[in-house]
Amino acid sequence: MTAIPDPATRTRFAIFRGPRVRKFMRHRLAMIGLLTIIFLTLACFFGPYLLPYDELYIDLRARFSPPLTGSHILGTDPLGRDIAARLFSAGQISLTVGFTAMVLSTLIGTVIGVVAGYFGGWSRIGLMRIVDAFLSFPSIFLMLTLAAFLKPSPTMITLIIAVTSWMEVARIVEAEVRGQSSRDFTAAARMVGAPHWWIMGREILPNVIGPIIVAATLTVARAILLEAYISFLGYGIQPPLPSWGNMLNNAQQYLDSAPWLAIVPGVAITLAVTSFNFIGDGLRDALDARSVQ
Amino acid sequence: MTDPVLSVRDLRIRFRSGGRETQVVHGVDFDIRGGETLALVGESGSGKSVTSFALMRLLPEAPRCTIEGSVSMGGVNLLELSERRMAQVRGPRIAMIFQEPLTSLNPVHRVGDQIAEAIRFHRKMSKADIRARVIELLTLVGIPDPARRMHAYPGEMSGGMRQRVVIAMALALEPDLLIADEPTTALDVTVQAQILELLRQIQRATNMAMLFITHDFGVVAEIAERVMVMYAGRIVEQGSLADVLSNPRMPYTRGLLASVPRFEDAGLKTGPLGTIEGFVPSPDNLPAGCSFHPRCPHARPGICDGALPELAAHGAGAHLVRCARSDEPAFGAEPAEVS
Amino acid sequence: MSTLIETIDLKQHYPIRQGLLGRPSATVRAVDGINLRIQRGEVLGLVGESGSGKSTFGRTLMMMEQPTSGSVLYNGVELAGRSHTALHPYRRRMQMVFQDPFSSLNPRMTVEDSLTMPLRFHQPALSARQRRDEAAETLERVGLPRSMISRYPHEFSGGQRQRIGIARALMVKPEFIVADEPVSALDVSVQAQVLNLFSSIRETLGLTILFVTHDLAVVGHIADRVAVMYLGQVMEIAPTRALFTSPRHPYTETLLSAAPQPAVGARRQRIAMKGEPPSPLAPPSGCVFRTRCAHAQAECAVARPVLRPRGPGHLSACIRDDLSLVPGVAEARPDQARKRMS
Repeated sequence: MTAIPDPATRTRFAIFRGPRVRKFMRHRLAMIGLLTIIFLTLACFFGPYLLPYDELYIDLRARFSPPLTGSHILGTDPLGRDIAARLFSAGQISLTVGFTAMVLSTLIGTVIGVVAGYFGGWSRIGLMRIVDAFLSFPSIFLMLTLAAFLKPSPTMITLIIAVTSWMEVARIVEAEVRGQSSRDFTAAARMVGAPHWWIMGREILPNVIGPIIVAATLTVARAILLEAYISFLGYGIQPPLPSWGNMLNNAQQYLDSAPWLAIVPGVAITLAVTSFNFIGDGLRDALDARSVQ
Repeated sequence: MTDPVLSVRDLRIRFRSGGRETQVVHGVDFDIRGGETLALVGESGSGKSVTSFALMRLLPEAPRCTIEGSVSMGGVNLLELSERRMAQVRGPRIAMIFQEPLTSLNPVHRVGDQIAEAIRFHRKMSKADIRARVIELLTLVGIPDPARRMHAYPGEMSGGMRQRVVIAMALALEPDLLIADEPTTALDVTVQAQILELLRQIQRATNMAMLFITHDFGVVAEIAERVMVMYAGRIVEQGSLADVLSNPRMPYTRGLLASVPRFEDAGLKTGPLGTIEGFVPSPDNLPAGCSFHPRCPHARPGICDGALPELAAHGAGAHLVRCARSDEPAFGAEPAEVS
Repeated sequence: MSTLIETIDLKQHYPIRQGLLGRPSATVRAVDGINLRIQRGEVLGLVGESGSGKSTFGRTLMMMEQPTSGSVLYNGVELAGRSHTALHPYRRRMQMVFQDPFSSLNPRMTVEDSLTMPLRFHQPALSARQRRDEAAETLERVGLPRSMISRYPHEFSGGQRQRIGIARALMVKPEFIVADEPVSALDVSVQAQVLNLFSSIRETLGLTILFVTHDLAVVGHIADRVAVMYLGQVMEIAPTRALFTSPRHPYTETLLSAAPQPAVGARRQRIAMKGEPPSPLAPPSGCVFRTRCAHAQAECAVARPVLRPRGPGHLSACIRDDLSLVPGVAEARPDQARKRMS
């Protein structure tokens, strides 16, 4: 059925054109957020090439050196490792975990939301009760339990975060899809005998992509925060692999003597999380169906 | 003749959005007298609803919207009143009812309380008196068992009953003028007939003036004494019901009337309906001269695309027509191309 | 003329549930036992007020949902109870035009995508180019230029969108179209254009149309026969002229007298309806109209009246033969009517 080059694919991304983009660009905080994220990502992935030390190099003579002294821009940790190098490679892991967890949870949430919203009836009742059950379970507790039993690799942490954060997306998508399903163009498609997967994927999904993108952006922020949480508590990414969360963990006991150990990763987490939240707000305004004809 | 209840002169309305200004009403004049119903007819985009909102001062504030001209009631120009003074005019002087009764009713309050609220805001009356007045009003608008129904919530009533409640609310302070903006469009025909009958009765009893906004010439014939037809922000024809419906002189009015399927021809297969070619022009880009000329089957170059025709008297009476050719003897005798 | 579609005692009931797993506490009888034949090539008007079940009837005919009971025979073949797949061959024979031109087109699809969509499922052998050509041709047939094919719905006016909706229905070359209030959301002058379009495609394509509307004047213009519905049941069916000039059911009389007419001196005596509309959850016994009928008698409550012949092709579900009802239109001389058209 899709052997012929398909003109419909072009339209699915029509949302990225014209007035919506302009509207997003006018949202100052969202633009600042976007630039910050781009900067953070570039820094984390390319920054290490510019630094004289890698994240595992131990410079015993320079233990506890404060930021901006000597050759260590952001100072060193108790073992004399370069904090800038650790921050960047930790960022690679934290951002990747956050982003991947977002993709997974958005996929899960979208599939469940679309199916529940489109079919309605018993499938809706069943699926949405599952969502409620997941939501009513304290997710931090669930995560810590899972993390305690499973080997805490970055992949495992990503999966755990994804499994505990798809419900929001599912709820949003379900409500949106239910609204679209009652519109006549869906009925028209059904009436020419279009199969369900086609109606869900081609007719309805493009109309709910806006809310999904917004939810996904906010999910990244949440996932980064969650990763920091569990790593901070010691159940997440395990040293010597650095992550923003376990850097904070290591910094605990030196809060008085070497506060920069906590401040540097703390600022990185705050920057990343607020930036994603700002982008989410900006997208919400820009993609709001009522705001643009 | 009595003085008009409402006198509108050279009403101009402009909207500003995104740095661009668009004029949607271009100098509208009319009077309404007590006990009279004036119908304002037009299609969507004609400016008829904006006009009625301007009379009630319900449009956004400047700079988003600029209103010029005068809207006088009892010697006072409503456009110059402060918002506080205007709030005292809405209700006792002018009231308005809308197409969708649900928008004027708060779903979480009982209908009786909502009417009482409207009275309490303007009149000092005892609780018992207000209650008696509410029951009186609900009886007036034909709601059965009003003492019980006043405790109902809007959601518990049918569309027709809700519109009756809205009318009762509008009549609560005995306004001099009622603006009715498509009040029956959302209702079934049988309910519409009842509401129109109700409005006629009330008007007979109270000598209230009514500005009735609609797109439906059938409803116009039911309720109005005088008719104004609006097109692209201007009145294009105005006159008595008989002038406009039986002897329309403006080609736009004729086109509209020809496009309505006629009851008497039901089932006779009388061939295609008359249509008006083209589209209502965008208010940003009105054609020169007569705004209707690009769509008009009678348009003549040099006559219709030059100067804007005046809204001029046709014949002896008060029949006004904005058409450069309406007085030509041959006009109307020539067959308009039926499309 | 032969029968294209026939319904036998067609019912569409909706249970009202309360709470999550609540048992049905009541039933809305949206369509309650309709026997109707639609002849090949005719336009059957279906009029009724809100809650009459006219739209539900149209949607059930289209098999958008399975009826609760009863039959829908298409060319003598039973459609009720058929699965999605078993209905597929019939989908291209019957299509629907919707009321709301803003919700009936997918805002994220170009006109081309919307129009070619039906062909994907009914003529998968066609190439993309062939589908595009078909779409462009159909677009011209409904009076829109080919060049508009790559535009999005928001670039069109309500009337143009309705034309696109009609074009989409025509893409699979159906024999039968259900038009559900297709002109009621449109301005008067645009409404006339769309009605003319319906008349012309009906003639050139030999379509059979069920035209669902609340507007008697519209139905009088377009329909060959008219069926009047009230609370899920058909009250009267007659050739259009006969229904307007000699209604045989008090409900039809009421509807005709309530319809506003754009002519001076058209204000007529109303035939008032008593009381308030009954709840569709608890329709009156016997004749469903009796609680509002000016001519109701004790017998009206006893049994549900059946449609009985009252003239050539004229059926009415009223037990009283002795009524002389007020016509909507006096029998006019046809020459007069013709003169007005010129």
